[in-house]
Amino acid sequence: MDAVNVLLDALRTSVGPQAIVFALAGVGLNLQFGYAGLLNFGQVAFMLAGAYGASMTVDAGGPLWLGIVLGMLAALVIAMLFGLPALRLRADYLAIVTISVGEIIRLVVRSSTFEPITNGVFGYRDFAGWFYDINPIPGGRYGFGGFTFSERRLWVIVVGWGLVAVASLLVFWLMRSPWGRVLEGVREDEDAVRSMGKNVFMYKLQALAIGGVMAAVAGSLRAMDTEAVRPDFFFTIITFTIYAAVILGGAGTILGPALGAMALWFVVSFSEGILRLGIDSGVVEFLSLEDLAAIRFMIVGLVLILLVVFRPQGLLGRREAGLIDD
Amino acid sequence: MYPNEQARACHRALRVGIVSGLLFLLMAALGGPHDPAMAQEPPTPGQGVSGQLVVGSDPVEGVTIEVAGTSGADVATVETDDEGAWSVPLTSPDTYEISIDVDTLPDGVALADPERDSLTLPVREGQNRIIIFQLTDGEGSAEDEEDGFDFIGLDFKRLASLTVDGVRFGIVIGVMAMGLSLIFGVTGLINFAHGELVTFGAIMAWLFNAGWFRFPLLIAALCALVLAAVLGGGLELGLVRPLRRRRTSNIALIVVTIGLSEFLRSFYQVTFGPLPKSYRDYAIQREADLGLFAVTPKTLGIIAIGALAILLVALVLQRTRLGTAMRAVADNKDLAAASGIDVQRVVLHVWILGTVLAALGGILLGVTQKVEYDMGFKALLLMFAAVVVGGLGTAYGPLLGALLLGIVTQVSTLWFPTEFKFVFALLALILMLVFRPQGILGRRERVG
Repeated sequence: MDAVNVLLDALRTSVGPQAIVFALAGVGLNLQFGYAGLLNFGQVAFMLAGAYGASMTVDAGGPLWLGIVLGMLAALVIAMLFGLPALRLRADYLAIVTISVGEIIRLVVRSSTFEPITNGVFGYRDFAGWFYDINPIPGGRYGFGGFTFSERRLWVIVVGWGLVAVASLLVFWLMRSPWGRVLEGVREDEDAVRSMGKNVFMYKLQALAIGGVMAAVAGSLRAMDTEAVRPDFFFTIITFTIYAAVILGGAGTILGPALGAMALWFVVSFSEGILRLGIDSGVVEFLSLEDLAAIRFMIVGLVLILLVVFRPQGLLGRREAGLIDD
Repeated sequence: MYPNEQARACHRALRVGIVSGLLFLLMAALGGPHDPAMAQEPPTPGQGVSGQLVVGSDPVEGVTIEVAGTSGADVATVETDDEGAWSVPLTSPDTYEISIDVDTLPDGVALADPERDSLTLPVREGQNRIIIFQLTDGEGSAEDEEDGFDFIGLDFKRLASLTVDGVRFGIVIGVMAMGLSLIFGVTGLINFAHGELVTFGAIMAWLFNAGWFRFPLLIAALCALVLAAVLGGGLELGLVRPLRRRRTSNIALIVVTIGLSEFLRSFYQVTFGPLPKSYRDYAIQREADLGLFAVTPKTLGIIAIGALAILLVALVLQRTRLGTAMRAVADNKDLAAASGIDVQRVVLHVWILGTVLAALGGILLGVTQKVEYDMGFKALLLMFAAVVVGGLGTAYGPLLGALLLGIVTQVSTLWFPTEFKFVFALLALILMLVFRPQGILGRRERVG
């Protein structure tokens, strides 16, 4: 019976807000990494911008929707910060700059010097009233059997997957346009594209910005779901969890990020549930419940390694579009 | 292009590598952290404040310390025990005011800075914050102030002391960054798991020094370096080489090192524990006043060991056949292979050397700021900054960059809050990329 609960829990997580946030940020990362070949290791900074845009605006007395828009604008600024120093250089420089700038932003936001502006390590709470006020779903529980959601959660899920669908369609449409062809050309052979007279730098910057805005929306969505924003959620490890989701689903495919996020959260939640069962019943003695959060990221790291080793194209990708050089 | 036979052999080697790596980690997990010797750490998972009062190396007993939350919660008064230690568990994260009752200090002992009898600082969720009240046995606090001659409001003695500490920090980061840059220079791969190799060295030395065994730190460090060499060689043979044989792209290899980094860091967190721990030797030292600046003996020791290591690596690179081969491979792999250099062997040696340097840096870092599961990852960003400022792929650039950044980060605390010191290092990285992307020592060539 308990094992059934673990399975149900894992299924709930895989369609729930956590998976949605990573799917949406993943669609953005997929545009940057999967299609444009950009090693953006600072996706979490865009999410931070979205989350703080929403919560700070409400805290200052503004409406929540304005906060979300401001978060998206902040993401554009961050894209400039990432892109201007590094996009003209070789791919690995972008990785170094994005991981560093992402960390600078988190350090500055959590510092006590900027606490009057950002609330420091405490962050913000209870700012998403508007989002739940416009929820048209009447109260109650929805679903079947043990697989149910409250009207609040269902609202987040409907809006969230709606956003994932819109973002995926946008990427689909972009990648079919001439702009997308050039972008894929940039990934395959930058010099060839440059010799055709295209401004490679601008294409990269645009991809970085569009993907970043999607991550900012994902950050806002996470903030509204949890109604709590703290700087110490936005560690670089979140970026790499998004990478795991994207590569698991298939980098450079339209549905890959969404599928990958669902699959990753299913795996993570399921193994956590099994471990929790083991710890509760005393079978697993060398771990305690406090270790579970760290074990989650051990699983993510392992997923990344095993994927590149055994299936670099992920669930949906084709071998030739994977991470293999030829 | 590659026959199936060989691909299958690669596959097998890879699987063996991964399985044996996991086994190795599992053994470490079962042996290490649940040793009874670790029971001395407070087992509470919640937050708290604690500290130890010492004069020189003598503990101060029976001093009253009061802790009060600024929002009214949690008021507690404790006395230091016979080891001078005290700790207060706290029910919630908040900003706390911690004050020491000066009247309960023994005769002849006073606060080094009489103004600092009370500190107000935030305690995060789950954080065990270490509080330091600097004590003196009355010998010199008044004279010290006259010693440091003021000039345009600048305390030159403090500036000099911070500079020396910056050199110490710079050399430590430089040792690690040299490892990172060597591996990059020869293999073209930026190893994002380099920080975890740093932590590996620090944790292994801790296990030999205070966990499994009680070796003196110098011997424990040597054991840790040997294990690091094994780990470095194992990573190349078991993971990176088979992947490279399968013509995995550089970007995919970077993703693998990212996964390895996340995996190892969380693994350390589970097995070593989330709290920082110190080595048994050299944990607390008093600063010696050398006239121009004040410095702890261990700072000088770290600078000497770090400089010696760097010198050794420089000698290997310049004077030995292996070093020449490394530089040749870094310069042009195909040409090196064509002139009879065994590239695979050179790459293996570079991985071993790079990992040993990382581990050595980790041990040196652990001597001054305790051993922690994410110490290497925090240092990684500074290594990146050092490597980029000095010149990516050059052998000595990282050292130069690290020394500059070490001094800048430490001296910046004279004027700016300590929490910003790493921000300056990372800003230096960005500015360098904008204005001189090849770094100080890098050759002028297209890096884009």
